[in-house]
Amino acid sequence: MRTAKTLLAVLATAAFPALAQNAGFSAQRGERFFHSTHGNDWSCASCHTANPLGPGKHAKTGKPIEPLAPAANPRRFTDAAAVEKWFRRNCNDVLGRACTAQEKGDVTAYLGSLR
Amino acid sequence: MRALLALALGLLLLQEAAAQSAWKAECGSCHIAYPPQLLPAPAWRRMMAQLERHFGTDASLEAAAAAEIGAYLERHAGTGKRVAGAGSSQRISETPWFRREHDEVSLTNAANCGACHTLADQGDFRERNLRIPR
Repeated sequence: MRTAKTLLAVLATAAFPALAQNAGFSAQRGERFFHSTHGNDWSCASCHTANPLGPGKHAKTGKPIEPLAPAANPRRFTDAAAVEKWFRRNCNDVLGRACTAQEKGDVTAYLGSLR
Repeated sequence: MRALLALALGLLLLQEAAAQSAWKAECGSCHIAYPPQLLPAPAWRRMMAQLERHFGTDASLEAAAAAEIGAYLERHAGTGKRVAGAGSSQRISETPWFRREHDEVSLTNAANCGACHTLADQGDFRERNLRIPR
């Protein structure tokens, strides 16, 4: 658990964008993915807004959502089970399928690149 | 014997507190955690069996969390007048009791209890804390 926490905390550091790129993930691709509706009604931005550094709002219930980008909300990406749970649910809602590891990595690279 | 009973009781209390905190965190992440008393046990059972299609969104849980929260909901599910005629519909706002209670107001979003019940997120629905926006 401690290791996972340490690894995930890397997201908020200055070294992260270069690390993500070296691992084959693209923040630019992640940004396009984040804002696309993928042929359905919703995009990630429908709830998290076009600016993941700011607060979001649930598209159906209106409940406030804390900022998604780790630079704005240090609690994000600190709990591996929570990250998996929300990718599973939200990919299903937005794309109608599970996200690939590449897609998840790209989006994470995008969110981690925001300052 | 006494010590054993105390231990058993203590474990039960711990289990209950853990289940309550799991319920509040999971059921309260996209909307307030609606009180278990507002639906009868069959409705909660049905809801927990189809969380991946929960009012148009995927709210699925890990099996262990789903079992813990499902049991908590059923332990505290509504009985008697409040859920009379509620059947196994998952919509609290469609129960006869809810309709009766809200027949003097027009609700724009029945999911958003906090719009009027200012302390709804703490489970407090008393009239003294009710503020109907004009």
